Amino acid sequence: MLQAILDHYNYWIAILLMMIGLYTVVARGNLVKKLVGLNIFQTSVFLLYITMGKVTGGTAPILDDRFTVYSNPLPHVLILTAIVVGVATTALGLALVVRIRESYGTIEEDELDLLDGET
Amino acid sequence: MRHHRVLRVISKLLIPFIMLFALYVQFHGDFGPGGGFQAGVIMASAFILYGLIFGLENARKVAPPGVITMLVAAGVLIYAGTGYAGLLKGGNFLDYNVLAATPVGGQHLGILIIEFGVGTTVAAAMITIFFLFAGRER
Amino acid sequence: MAANLIPHLPALQVIIPLVAAPLCLLAGRTGFAWVIAFIASVAATITAAALAYLTYHDGTISYHMGGWAPPWGIEYVVDTANAFILLLVSSIATMVLIYSPASVAKEIRPGRGHLYYCMYILCLTGLLGIAITGDAFNVFVFLEVSSLSSYALIAMGGQRKALTAAFQYLVMGTIGATFFLIGVGLLYMMTGTLNMADLAKRIPEIQDSRPVLAAFAFITVGLALKAALFPLHLWLPNAYAYAPSGVSAFMAATATKVSLYVLLRFTFTIFGAEFAFGNLPLSWVLLVPAVIAMFAGSFSAMFQRDIKRMLAYSSVAQIGYITLAISLGTNAGVMAALVHIFNHGLMKAALFCAMGCIFYRIGSTRIDQMAGLGRQMPWTFAAIVAGGLSLLGVPLTAGFISKWYLVQAAMQSGLWILVVLIAVSSMLALVYVWRLVEALYFKEPNPGRETVAEAPMSMLVPTLLLAGANIYFGIDTRVPVAMAENAANLLMQGLGQ
Repeated sequence: MLQAILDHYNYWIAILLMMIGLYTVVARGNLVKKLVGLNIFQTSVFLLYITMGKVTGGTAPILDDRFTVYSNPLPHVLILTAIVVGVATTALGLALVVRIRESYGTIEEDELDLLDGET
Repeated sequence: MRHHRVLRVISKLLIPFIMLFALYVQFHGDFGPGGGFQAGVIMASAFILYGLIFGLENARKVAPPGVITMLVAAGVLIYAGTGYAGLLKGGNFLDYNVLAATPVGGQHLGILIIEFGVGTTVAAAMITIFFLFAGRER
Repeated sequence: MAANLIPHLPALQVIIPLVAAPLCLLAGRTGFAWVIAFIASVAATITAAALAYLTYHDGTISYHMGGWAPPWGIEYVVDTANAFILLLVSSIATMVLIYSPASVAKEIRPGRGHLYYCMYILCLTGLLGIAITGDAFNVFVFLEVSSLSSYALIAMGGQRKALTAAFQYLVMGTIGATFFLIGVGLLYMMTGTLNMADLAKRIPEIQDSRPVLAAFAFITVGLALKAALFPLHLWLPNAYAYAPSGVSAFMAATATKVSLYVLLRFTFTIFGAEFAFGNLPLSWVLLVPAVIAMFAGSFSAMFQRDIKRMLAYSSVAQIGYITLAISLGTNAGVMAALVHIFNHGLMKAALFCAMGCIFYRIGSTRIDQMAGLGRQMPWTFAAIVAGGLSLLGVPLTAGFISKWYLVQAAMQSGLWILVVLIAVSSMLALVYVWRLVEALYFKEPNPGRETVAEAPMSMLVPTLLLAGANIYFGIDTRVPVAMAENAANLLMQGLGQ
């Protein structure tokens, strides 16, 4: 049982991070903390993909006569794209938080709800 | 940060090497690990470091926001332009094989230009993001 | 020249608007940017129409990006199903663009108009890309392109609530897209391919393995979030209510529909109806929320004081109808879903455009501000009536055609109770549409409000064209029905065979 868990430690890490991230998004009222949670959540998926590309005994996928087994580069490339998307999402999210702070004076969700309710 | 002499000297020393490394990652990308995304971020970090140490005003003089915005668009246009070049030369969109005399040469040329476009856009976008956040008056 | 372009139409469909986006940014002036966006959007519409014609007559078109053969390269696949969606998205984008200049001048801060058009055309690129690509990961990339630009567009709304609405959408949208990404990752892990046709071939061998089941669940939930299926619709009402008028009209008509199309594509083409509806209880998973959405959405719509918010809740209900049709899992159901995707796009575009006209004149879309407005803005009122009737499903409107096929599909599956439910929930729509019409026409104008003129021509004409389309496609149903029928057959067959 323990061995089964240890053999797949990469998945457990991904699942753990995923749950931490999702919980942070749901449970925290501070908008910046929500974005932090969102980032952790996305990172867990990046890890899931990257560990998928590992081939046992494989080396970095640069062609060379000395090697025959290479790791799969495709997941890395996919995740590079996803990371860029993640950066864009975070930048946009933070920009929104800055503007929310400027027009509401707070970035706490419950206070925002109160302020929205009054108008 | 005007009075931190150590930071100012060290960053002045480092910035050229950061940029050089960015160019290495950019243009060595078709032989080893690297490429436009990474190079763009490294290049932007040089500008961001400069902005942090020497102030936003100076950074804006080095990299005028108007020009940087143009570069964001220019990078995408370089990318798309390469794609269209493939179309005009009789291949599919983004087909590099037809760009040069031999398919292998075409692939090299194509990916080099494409990654240059990506690098330009990423670097310019990162610098823009930095300027926009740092320039917000409170 | 034109003949040379035909094989490249699938690529041009996406890259014309893609190139227009940086050009809009470079243009720097709102007017220039509009011209560029408009040319690109018209070109996209023509391309989509040509693709629809070609696929309808000659069958599926495949385009290999960069000359790399699938399954290694990214393949764009156009068949009648996505040509139908492409045509809907690009033609609505064009209509809303004609409508935009006046509303942008009113609602967007000066000096930012070119950014608005840049984001708008980027959003169009994303939506077209989602629909056209035959690569599962590419769907994610375009999904994020369209989502990121739509968050920015919503945040451009004038009120500060637009910011919180955009933030909420950003968080939920990102979670949805990431769920989709997990699903695609698990599929890639099991099959080693991202090409949709290749996936469809390889999944049946391993369809009982747990990662495939998990992938299916993640993809369905992620897309349901993006499509605002009840109870994952929480982002939608605020996003549509506070976005600029043009954005509300464009997004309400297209964004959720494209996600539903991807759901159809994954369910029927990649996993196969047998797997989703035979082995797994997808039918119930979609049916129950769909029915709740039909009622909860309509009930919530009745009590809204802001009409844009009311229409947004009505969208939740309408998405319920579409999902209901999908959940039947039959050929007739898919066809009804596609027909309603098309018709609902038309009605919501017309209604949100009409709301934009009203906002342009009185600076509000609250129902108590609108009393008696119908007599002062007769053409806008006419558009609202046409859109409203279509929403109800009155005969001779497009909405009737969708309800007709929906009811037929339900009867074919022997689910008479659904027929009753559809009829009852349509009655609920009558309540909120009537509330709007009553306020607009039968109430005396508020004494405080000045008499207003009709909306400017540039807004009125596209609004009326969209409203007219609701009537036209209610009478002449040949094009959408023939395409939907063809597309449904194709989707049910699956790509793998």
